[in-house]
Amino acid sequence: MLRWLIGGGREPQGLAEKSPLQTIGEEQTQNPYTELLVLKAHHDIVRFLVQLDEYRFASAGDDGIVVVWNAQTGEKLLELNGHTQKITALTTFPSLEACEEKNQLILTTSADRTVILWDCDTGRQVRKVSCFQSTVKCLIVLQRLNVWLSGGNDLCVWNQKLDLLCKTSHLSDTGISALIEIPKNCVVAAVGKELIIFRLVAPTEESLEWDILEIKRLLDHQDNILSLVNVNDVSFVTGSHVGEMIIWDILDWTVQAYECNFWDPSPQLDTQQEIKLCQKPNDISIHHFTWDEENVFAAVGRGLYVYNLHMKRVIACQKSAHDSNVLHIAKLPNRQLISCSEDGSVRIWELREKQQLAAEPVPTGFFNMWGFGRVNKQASQPVKKQQENAPPCSLELIGDLIGHSSSVEMFLYFEDHGLVTCSADHLIILWKNGERESGLRSLKLFQKLEENGDLYLAV
Amino acid sequence: MISAPDVVAFTKEEEYEEEPYNEPALPEEYSVPLFPFASQGTNPWSKLSGAKFSRDFILISEFSEQVGPQPLLTIPNDTKVFGTFDLNYFSLRIMSVDYQASFVGHPPGSAYPKLNFVEDSKVVLGDSKEGAFAYVHHLTLYDLEARGFVRPFCMAYISADQHKIMQQFQELSAEFSKASECLKTGNRKAFAGELEKKLKDLDYTRTVLHTETEIQKKANDKGFYSSQAIEKANELASVEKSIIEHQDLLKQIRSYPHRKLKGSPLCSGETEHTQDQASQAATTSNPDESADPDLYTCRPAYTPKLIKAKSTKCFDKKLKTLEELCDTEYFTQTLAQLSHIEHMFRGDLCYLLTSQIDRALLKQQHITNFLFEDFVEVDERVAEKQESAPPRPVPGRPPSRSLEECPIPQVLISVGSYKSSVESVPIKMEQELGDEYREAEVTEVSSFDPQENLDFLDMDMKGSISSGESIEVLGTEKSTAVLPKSDSQASLTVPLSPQVVRSKAVSHRTISEDSIEVLSTCPSEALIPDDFKASYPSAINEEESYADDSEGAIHFQASVSPPELGEAEEGSLENPLSQIDSSCCIGKESDSLRVPLSTPAHTPSEQDGVVSIPPQRCRQKDQGFRVDFAVENTSPSRDNSSEGFPADELDQNRLLASRDASKTSLDNCSDTTSNMSSVASTSSDRTPSSAHPTGPSSERHKKRAGQNALKFIRQYPFAHPAIYSLLSGRTLVVLGEDEAIVRKLVTALSIFVPSHSRFAKPVKHWVSSPLHIMDFQKWKLIGLQRVASPAGAGTLHALSRYSRYTSVLDLDNKALRCPLYRGTLVPRLADHRTQIKRGSTYYLHVQSMLTQLCSKAFLYAFCHHLHLPAHDKETEEVVASRQASFLKLNLGLVNEDVKVVQYLAELLKLHYTQEAPGTSHPTLRFDYVPSFLYKI
Repeated sequence: MLRWLIGGGREPQGLAEKSPLQTIGEEQTQNPYTELLVLKAHHDIVRFLVQLDEYRFASAGDDGIVVVWNAQTGEKLLELNGHTQKITALTTFPSLEACEEKNQLILTTSADRTVILWDCDTGRQVRKVSCFQSTVKCLIVLQRLNVWLSGGNDLCVWNQKLDLLCKTSHLSDTGISALIEIPKNCVVAAVGKELIIFRLVAPTEESLEWDILEIKRLLDHQDNILSLVNVNDVSFVTGSHVGEMIIWDILDWTVQAYECNFWDPSPQLDTQQEIKLCQKPNDISIHHFTWDEENVFAAVGRGLYVYNLHMKRVIACQKSAHDSNVLHIAKLPNRQLISCSEDGSVRIWELREKQQLAAEPVPTGFFNMWGFGRVNKQASQPVKKQQENAPPCSLELIGDLIGHSSSVEMFLYFEDHGLVTCSADHLIILWKNGERESGLRSLKLFQKLEENGDLYLAV
Repeated sequence: MISAPDVVAFTKEEEYEEEPYNEPALPEEYSVPLFPFASQGTNPWSKLSGAKFSRDFILISEFSEQVGPQPLLTIPNDTKVFGTFDLNYFSLRIMSVDYQASFVGHPPGSAYPKLNFVEDSKVVLGDSKEGAFAYVHHLTLYDLEARGFVRPFCMAYISADQHKIMQQFQELSAEFSKASECLKTGNRKAFAGELEKKLKDLDYTRTVLHTETEIQKKANDKGFYSSQAIEKANELASVEKSIIEHQDLLKQIRSYPHRKLKGSPLCSGETEHTQDQASQAATTSNPDESADPDLYTCRPAYTPKLIKAKSTKCFDKKLKTLEELCDTEYFTQTLAQLSHIEHMFRGDLCYLLTSQIDRALLKQQHITNFLFEDFVEVDERVAEKQESAPPRPVPGRPPSRSLEECPIPQVLISVGSYKSSVESVPIKMEQELGDEYREAEVTEVSSFDPQENLDFLDMDMKGSISSGESIEVLGTEKSTAVLPKSDSQASLTVPLSPQVVRSKAVSHRTISEDSIEVLSTCPSEALIPDDFKASYPSAINEEESYADDSEGAIHFQASVSPPELGEAEEGSLENPLSQIDSSCCIGKESDSLRVPLSTPAHTPSEQDGVVSIPPQRCRQKDQGFRVDFAVENTSPSRDNSSEGFPADELDQNRLLASRDASKTSLDNCSDTTSNMSSVASTSSDRTPSSAHPTGPSSERHKKRAGQNALKFIRQYPFAHPAIYSLLSGRTLVVLGEDEAIVRKLVTALSIFVPSHSRFAKPVKHWVSSPLHIMDFQKWKLIGLQRVASPAGAGTLHALSRYSRYTSVLDLDNKALRCPLYRGTLVPRLADHRTQIKRGSTYYLHVQSMLTQLCSKAFLYAFCHHLHLPAHDKETEEVVASRQASFLKLNLGLVNEDVKVVQYLAELLKLHYTQEAPGTSHPTLRFDYVPSFLYKI
């Protein structure tokens, strides 16, 4: 962009090759984020963001501190110091039943092999557990059973008072990388290439003890499983390092769909050449999934794919959505998809139906009137054919957010306050809709005038 | 009191008012406005002849009971300043006009000597022989050893320009009152200490005498007393009496502030305020005064001495020096205050007047002025204003500011407790300011009720005298009963009374007589300032000053008073707002908008460097603001008096310097000291840095910035989009290899950068590391080093990555990359064909344009209906379109200008709503707009 600045011919060769990367100019009329606020409190990579309520969120990262922020003002509300090493997972925790005040609690775990339960309203450490043999890598709360599970090299079950209820034997040295809850008191744990299904046995009349049993091991993945999410009531989905995506039945744990080549560039012939050039094995690992009623959105390498659950096929894709691996994606209510990547940018996409389908009949009719119908019909034939192969939808880039100078690890979307991104450059950026903020400020101004008794409405 | 046959009938000018100006035989269009200063000499800035001193100075004299009137010290303490001016003679002269009734001693009917708490008297006096005119401030200090316990002193501001004295009377009076209060407070403290010592001595003496008597009694049991014993008894009795007397004196001096407070016949509102202030002063971290009763009691241990029965003769002893009289600390503060006064009134009258008007106007815009003004100066004033004007909307006052106000102990409390003019009157005026405006709207600005004025003058001038070759006009105002009346009248009539007519007669007199002496002794000082303001300035006003009345009036009126034009608009505004920012209403009318806006760009060009409006003119139109000056002048100096000298060493140094009847270049010395004080205090001058002999010091800085900005505009055809970037809050990065050049340009361009808060401009002069997103949030103008080495590539890549947030001005390639600008605002602001040649002129031009811009932003931000839906069903689109049409039609903004105003409005909102301004940086706002490359 600033070629005149950097000097004419010094454009790196690589950039030219990466030309398929869709770019958007400086004019982004649909991008609502015209205001940003940089929040600085961390001293290392910020990896996690979790929403606490309508206006608060917590951030955590490699510096071991957890910071609670006000998403509206960007004000730092609390800093929770307690972990000595980087934080590996955090999750919100439903309040204890016994507890009178319904304070928001969060559970954090760190490489220092402790788990701490925090009160986010006071900043107090409610409880701390430090009897772990290994680093806990994932946490889930099973609200139905009033227990929570920690996954490290083994899987432990805890009650709300942070008493250990039961645990599995040592599973593997790599440890559990992801955990999800599925019906029938089961959880799915991703351990290396395997998916292990455990069942929790709640205490009954016969035995007062909790127990956790390994039910099944699913060995369909060829490589390490990187992502594991619940999609809906009937299925969950896993993605592996080599780009396999498997959709499982949530009840009988059978494979519903298996996609391992859907990033195959064959449908789009024109770009095949280049894609091969830059396709490295790393580029096809599935880092993250998100979903809505119809679609699963997958972050594959540096591309984005939309897989339709009904049609069981990819309906839209953006093979090089970013310069580098996409780390996190989220679907917004308004058909928008947001992705963040190691390249330090956040991009906003919109899932659109391809226009040609709707536009097609009109010219045909028009030309028919003039007697060109035949010609046209023939011409339209190959087009249609192509369309059958080609994805029916497209992901249109409607804006990008550039602010971070290093990889954007995660983001959080607030309906009312905008977008929060966290990054390896130690910063958190609050992206806001400038117009809305301006309106809010006006509101605040007049409120203040009124408070001061200075507001007299003109008659 | 004093009378003389040749008194000029100062108040008898009504007959002229009937037909003020019926002379011109020529039709108006042919009549050339006369130069307003013609009577005085061809050039208003030419030095008045006859003066034997090079510039204004302050003289402190004493009427010594031993040697008579004698000069004590001058400020600046430089022989060069007063040159051959005869200080002794002048001391005699000024001490001879002390009309204060300072009676101390045994009043009839009172058993004990009574301290008379005399008010200071303020006199203006001229001496044609010396070519000197002086504002003379008499005060009395207490000295236990002096005759009648009093030592008369006076402080005089001596200038060759009588207009200056006359017109700055109010300010001078306020400032000197503060100095005087400071002296007097210190003196009371010292006096009380003195009394205590004396009491201890007496007590000791009594004990000694008592034991001696007892011994004697025991020694002779003969049943009768020896003459020696009787003598002892008498001595004892006299000591007892003396003790009682001294205790009484002590009580009097201690009860001083309280008594004064109770006795002050202020109206209820005022009293409230005074108490308010007093309590505020009490609550502030003021060690001396808040613990007022303790003040006089906490004394270091003192070993009492035996007092001889016979007192020493007064000629035997050495009288105390002024410093001894007033407690070193207070004395230093007073000196600081005086040198502040000297600094404050330096320079030409017209300069003073314009800068006063400027400040007054600035103060009026206390909501918007943080954007482009230098904050050191306005800061306290705004605080002051808010404090003194309760009905105003008070924007979020930073706690820090209230802290700043605190350390003004002595002045504050004295001000609060006396019925002095320093504080109370301006405050009152302030409150009535609104009324004036309302009135101004109803009556024409120039309209004038002669009856009122007559009344007013009547009240003022009770008598006037002249003696010998000099005329003395004396106004005595003893009665405090008149106070309410005069106040209300003053505030109403002052701003509107044209002194045009009166001046005719007066100027005759000016010519005919050798010297004028205007004297006014007012125990209730509260009366003086405005009264004087209204009546006296005219005394020295030349009759020509009204010649161009109409022309000037239009010009000035447009910018000062809210004329009816604005009323329609104002109706839609909130009332208090229109009041706050009356000067913001300029150009509310979209029609008249373009005309006045475009003219200023060219007016200064014609008479470059010369103020196009004669400074004296302003006074008349501007009386409404006059009242503000008092306030504004009060605050900085207050500040100065206390805060300015936090370090004692500094004072000592300065004292030494000023006291050593120094041979060295005192000019330098005084400059540096005063400069030090201004740096330390962040007070009055716009300019906290750089010692410059004349005027506020940053004048030079501004001049240079203006000059460089001008150069930039002439040199670069793409200056407009660059300036637009700055105004719209898009960070401008000035890229270059040479640090000096980059810094220079950054400094120059910083005059266009709106501030986020009062504290600092978001300008970073020089950075050599790659920029980060935080930098754009923090800085709006950055000087960036271009490094040729590979290391520099990172910098450039960062720049290109964040290109959407920045405009880049590459000095080495003479290129600019920034969004398109098609507005009309910046071309007016930065016209490359401008005829303005001087940096300072251009700076002022920019300031005025930006002020207009601020007022637009203010209107936009504070218009209720623009931002809130009128009813529930109104959609955001409707509101948005209303905003757009307001910006376009009412404010006359085109294209990108809208964004400038929107950005400024955002800053205003943010600033207004922030709890503590300056604590957080505003969010980085940006637009997704394409940039273009401009290249020479």
